[in-house]
Amino acid sequence: MNGRAGRVPSPRVRPVVSSRLIARKTEPFMTTSAPAAAPPHAKPAPKSRIRRAHRGEGRLAALLLSPTLLVLALVIGYPLVSALRGSLYQRGEGLDANGFVISGEHFVGLRNYTDAFTGANGSRFWNAFGNTTFFTITTVVLETVIGLAMALIMHHALRGRALLRASILVPWAVPTAVSGLLWRWVFDANGIANNLLGQQILWSADGWPAKWAVVIADTWKTAPFIGLLTLAGLQLIPAELHEAARVDGANAWIRFRKITLPLIKPALLVAVLFRLLDVLRMFDLPYLLVGNQKYSVQTLSVLAFNEANNLHYGPAAAYATLLFLYVVIVAYAFVKILGADLLAGARTRTPARRRRSATRPLAGRGTPA
Amino acid sequence: MSRTRTTWRTSRTAGLAALAATGALILAGCSGSDAKDETSTSGGGTDRGPITFAVGKDTSGALQKQVDAWNAAHPSEKVTLNELPAAADAQLQQLQQNGQVKSSAFSVLGLDVTWTAAFAANRWIDPIPASTSTSGLLPAAVESAKYRGTLYSVPWQTNGGLLFYRSDLLTAAGIKTPPTTWREMQADCAKIKAQPQAKKASCYAGQFDKYEGLVVNFSEAVQSSGGHVFDANGKPTVDTPQAKTALTWMADAFKDGTIPHEDLTYQEENGRQAFQSGKVIFMRNWPYVWDLANKTDGSSKVTGKFDVAPLPGLDSTGSSTLGGYNLAVSSFTKHKTTARDFITYLTSDRSERANLLAASTAPTRTALYQDPALQKKFPYLAGLKKSLDTAVARPQAVRYGDVSAAIQDAVYPALSGRTDPATALASLQDKLTQLTSQP
Repeated sequence: MNGRAGRVPSPRVRPVVSSRLIARKTEPFMTTSAPAAAPPHAKPAPKSRIRRAHRGEGRLAALLLSPTLLVLALVIGYPLVSALRGSLYQRGEGLDANGFVISGEHFVGLRNYTDAFTGANGSRFWNAFGNTTFFTITTVVLETVIGLAMALIMHHALRGRALLRASILVPWAVPTAVSGLLWRWVFDANGIANNLLGQQILWSADGWPAKWAVVIADTWKTAPFIGLLTLAGLQLIPAELHEAARVDGANAWIRFRKITLPLIKPALLVAVLFRLLDVLRMFDLPYLLVGNQKYSVQTLSVLAFNEANNLHYGPAAAYATLLFLYVVIVAYAFVKILGADLLAGARTRTPARRRRSATRPLAGRGTPA
Repeated sequence: MSRTRTTWRTSRTAGLAALAATGALILAGCSGSDAKDETSTSGGGTDRGPITFAVGKDTSGALQKQVDAWNAAHPSEKVTLNELPAAADAQLQQLQQNGQVKSSAFSVLGLDVTWTAAFAANRWIDPIPASTSTSGLLPAAVESAKYRGTLYSVPWQTNGGLLFYRSDLLTAAGIKTPPTTWREMQADCAKIKAQPQAKKASCYAGQFDKYEGLVVNFSEAVQSSGGHVFDANGKPTVDTPQAKTALTWMADAFKDGTIPHEDLTYQEENGRQAFQSGKVIFMRNWPYVWDLANKTDGSSKVTGKFDVAPLPGLDSTGSSTLGGYNLAVSSFTKHKTTARDFITYLTSDRSERANLLAASTAPTRTALYQDPALQKKFPYLAGLKKSLDTAVARPQAVRYGDVSAAIQDAVYPALSGRTDPATALASLQDKLTQLTSQP
């Protein structure tokens, strides 16, 4: 027992050192020695039986997963395909001689898309696209910086730590619709914000103040989210690393740059990715805080909603599809450029896990090392 | 070895069973609703039977009481109240979606006065039989229930804009009657603001935020200067001198401070709060403000110090835009006779009186405005009746959502001084022509 633990890190040890960076380093070592980890006193198993058991397991897994896949196809696949189809059609809007709408939809090819880019709806689409991009960049940058700062404070605070954490989390716990109304009140013409500033800025009128009102409200709400995920990463950094660096004479800034930041990077990247995907679809805050008819805060989601509400289902579906593509491209680019570690970590870990599960049926009768 | 195989086979069977069960569940889910629909079709064989009533939130609970009374009298034609969200656009969304999929889920629809045209043109609602009498109903409200001359709904609740004014300040400044024109109102403001107690008050407040309320206020200004947003044939007429006078007055009022700058963010409630805290001398708002601004619990500083009058206009008394709800029968409901009977019940003198008493909703029956008992309880009724007599329904456009957005797009920048009224109206005329023309 003692000997085994000393020789090979058993797979079960891994979660303890689960900061991704460290985990990844130990992985190759572990995977090569995994077969050796099989406990002693086990009988040799015929190879064919392993293979058959393995194949059976795979088929069973596929079968057991199929209800989930079916549900996913229904709730994700079908709406996607349906929206894509809808974006190629337009609903009849003409009236017949008696004033009735000539019903039915007709195929228009890519016209909904060309209209969005260059046609009659061009200015509205590009305005919404610009707003969506503006909100994504400003809020994610602000939230990352503030969230990181929050995480560092939460991590270092000694007294009142629990209270501090709870209070930082409050904005995240408030439903967006409620916080939208709350901030609407703050940004009222005679509200708290104007009182503090000593000016009368019309935050909810159409214009730049409205954009900043949305950015402020969104940052207030979701910086704690980034803070919390980053805090989880921070707490996994072994104290010894900092101690060793301190012994080597590294000051606080260097320790932050060279130890803290690289080690929390995976957690931070996940948090930022989540925020990116979220803020690209931003809807409720501009809608409730400022109003859906105001172009300075109209996002792609709001535009698609407005169009659908006015029975222009084709253009609405086209906007939704374009937004979907935008989200996919941004997420892909983000993972490719910054987050290569995320997928790499997942990829190297999968074979190890599979091998481990394959050896499990042999437990108790496997070959001695 | 055999043991492994058995285990595997059992688990495979279990997996298949699970899969089959899921499939069956989905199928059952799909067919369940169909089966229900069929029973309701075959049930009875007449077009009488249980129905549903879809309408915005019943905040006072008065509606549920009326439905209960109906259900007690008609056990085989029970009505289920289906409350929609409180916000009008959320109601519209649900009603439209049900029409779009030809759903029979809603039988009687509570339609905002601006929606009748769209629902009629899409054949989502049935015409009201010609035998239905509209005598005793407010003419403007009946107009809002028609599409191309045919009655498609029955006016149920109405609403008209009123000029709320601070009677105490007017008296103090020696003004005997409330203003009937814009110029008079501005002159009165100057006199009132010369008094020390009203120095800081602003003159006029309306609904000028960029939302449906702006369409209402703009239409009223155009009507009050003798113009129309749409003529009798449904053609837009916003490039007329009258419309230009109206928008210029609005823009100038913002420029010279008659209407404070912050009014660009005002909806009904902002105006009411400003009025209640004594910051505004004149305000355009709906009758619901009366009760709230007369509260004696300290929430209002103007309790008993204000009165109402019809809206002012350019040369004489102005004209209000009509609000309210009309009731229509869904084209897809099975029990249309019951639905029509239920509408007759809800729009009867008795029901509308009960609604007024319980929820202060303005009735569409003219007789109720003359009732002395009601006039005593609701002192604003006489003023409201005057306002409703000259009220005009908003345009009956099939694509009302687009029309409303176009008006907001043109008027809002003109009020904040970013475009000049003439240019804004010229492009609005083009846009409205395009939206209402038959392609």
